[in-house]
Amino acid sequence: MEQLFSLLDSTIRVATPLILAAMAGMFSERSGVVDIGLEGKMLIAAFASAAAAFTTGSPWIGMLAGIMASVSMAMVHAFVSVTYNGNQLISGMAINTIASGITPVLGLAWFQQGGNSPQLPDEARFHEITLPFADALRDVPVLGQVYSKLISGHSILVYLTVLIIPLVSWVVYKSRFGLRLRAVGENPHAADTAGVSVARVRYISLFWGGVLCGMAGTFLSVYQTGSFIKEMTAGKGFLALAALIFGKWRPVPAVIGCLLFAFADAVQIRLEGVAIPGIGQIPSQAISVIPYVLTVLLLAGFVGRAVAPKAIGVPFVKSR
Amino acid sequence: MPRWAQLTVLPALNLMAALLVTGLVTWFIGEDPWECLKLLVHGAFGYGEGIGYTLFYTTGFIFTGLAVATAFHAGLFNIGGEGQAYLAGLGVTLVVLAFDHTLPPIVLVPLCILAAMGFGAAWAFIPGWLQARRGSHIVVTTIMFNFIAYSLMLYLIGHHLIEAGSQNPTTREFGQNAWIPALHQVAAGMGVTLPSTPLNLTFVMALLACALFYLIVWHSRWGFQLRTVGVNESAARYAGMDVGKTIIIAMCVSGALSGFAAINELLGSTHRMNVAFTNGVGFVGIAVALMGRNHPVGIILSALLFGALTQGGLELSFEKPVITREMIIFIQGLIILFCGALENLFEPFIAGLFKRKDDK
Repeated sequence: MEQLFSLLDSTIRVATPLILAAMAGMFSERSGVVDIGLEGKMLIAAFASAAAAFTTGSPWIGMLAGIMASVSMAMVHAFVSVTYNGNQLISGMAINTIASGITPVLGLAWFQQGGNSPQLPDEARFHEITLPFADALRDVPVLGQVYSKLISGHSILVYLTVLIIPLVSWVVYKSRFGLRLRAVGENPHAADTAGVSVARVRYISLFWGGVLCGMAGTFLSVYQTGSFIKEMTAGKGFLALAALIFGKWRPVPAVIGCLLFAFADAVQIRLEGVAIPGIGQIPSQAISVIPYVLTVLLLAGFVGRAVAPKAIGVPFVKSR
Repeated sequence: MPRWAQLTVLPALNLMAALLVTGLVTWFIGEDPWECLKLLVHGAFGYGEGIGYTLFYTTGFIFTGLAVATAFHAGLFNIGGEGQAYLAGLGVTLVVLAFDHTLPPIVLVPLCILAAMGFGAAWAFIPGWLQARRGSHIVVTTIMFNFIAYSLMLYLIGHHLIEAGSQNPTTREFGQNAWIPALHQVAAGMGVTLPSTPLNLTFVMALLACALFYLIVWHSRWGFQLRTVGVNESAARYAGMDVGKTIIIAMCVSGALSGFAAINELLGSTHRMNVAFTNGVGFVGIAVALMGRNHPVGIILSALLFGALTQGGLELSFEKPVITREMIIFIQGLIILFCGALENLFEPFIAGLFKRKDDK
């Protein structure tokens, strides 16, 4: 029981940045702009937030800096993809490469610690929050335990993420903006005829994507490790992209994908070096590879079929 | 705007823009950009050994650049060069570990090259097949295949190929039969003394590959198919070309070319395989192909630029500890941005200049 709780607890921890990034990707891709730059935006946000939090001593200013850094990258992507009608994939690739280059360069110049940031002092980090009555309910079987061990004791960013999921879902499916978002991603010419500015919708979507990626990056550095480490995103942006595809570009299924991948990750860490009766040791790589294999199978339509928004990756050129 | 200007002035301006931003960042972190540039150029071209290393790095970049370009000509963006080179390394290693004490070099080395091409092509074949026959997007699939390759190799090297008793995840050293002769050894045989560097005969193969690439892409029936599919798939289909087959073959050729990067590194330089031997060579290929505008001459020049940046950057980091390998990655990113995503950014301004000249 105790083990199950710790397993689920780390699932939530690992899933949070994935969910934020996947939601970011959804905004962008639902509006018709491919976003393989999630990884880079997260990385640059992780660096900017750690640097700002270290300098000012405030995690909130850190998060603001992280969001600003990520949004500025998103705006570069928007400029290329929307204003300039350039190649969105190449632009995303450029963002990833720029981020993994610039963060250690600035980190080394500012902090002289091999490209990493110094360990953040306690007050500059986000901390676990103990929800009311969590301690009192600790001994109540099941419900009390779930409340105090699983629901309580996470960072504020986790709770924010929990609020963001229904919000995103509402925005995409129920709001006026969401309707435009989906229209622009499926058939921009029709949306344009109806008087919707395709460029505006795409810019706004990428902006919010930038904000969410900024939060995801902040989670990694200012909360999880308490410092920036070179290449600390380590493929999480791509994992989020995989989850987004897994969820067929829909918010709730994408979140489930993130939780699933995070659960696999939590299991993998616990299985390291443990022999399973009848099977023997499972190499950790065999588990870490699951999300990627799953994504490939899914895209190929061997298990279900993931169909992308129709206008994805195609620059919109207004007909004259 | 005349075509020659499109092929020379625009890439030059894009490169300048990327270098300008780099210079600004260098200045921002408190170093003198001009001095750094001088150190870098000296490190890359200032002395014999530097030139040797520059050309050694160039060799790998030419191959991955050609690999990316092949896919680009078919309208595909192959991000998987890294994984394909990685798997090619596995092919080479398996052949070497099995035969390096039994087969003579004249048989073993070609066998290794075939293995590298085969494994690289096979790793690219799957995404190509999935794109052509199942419609899954090549970019996402190749990204995923990079991660899968990484996990697979980590497992194989860590559990099976690791040298017995070694703490580091590397294979044993390859037998001398599998070494590709370094250029300075070949030159010594002809009585010429060159500084000792890992630059090896793979470099000659790279130049040959460029010539072949030119002939095949622009002067063969298949090359015409390749470019037609890349420019307009429907037109290609209407003309009776087998689009799916062309896509699959293009990906296989692309993977096979990436495989040569592994040959250069493993048989030419390190003579053993470790987990990080590709070191981003596949990703550099993207920048090389974009900057070289998918033409072999452009690819040789931009591969040379990246070879110089890699070697010169290493030298520079000895002098200026603040400037590390990551600065080169940053430049690479800027070049992908300016030469790839924003390739025609300056066209309106330049086109204006040419127009005015024509009017007079």
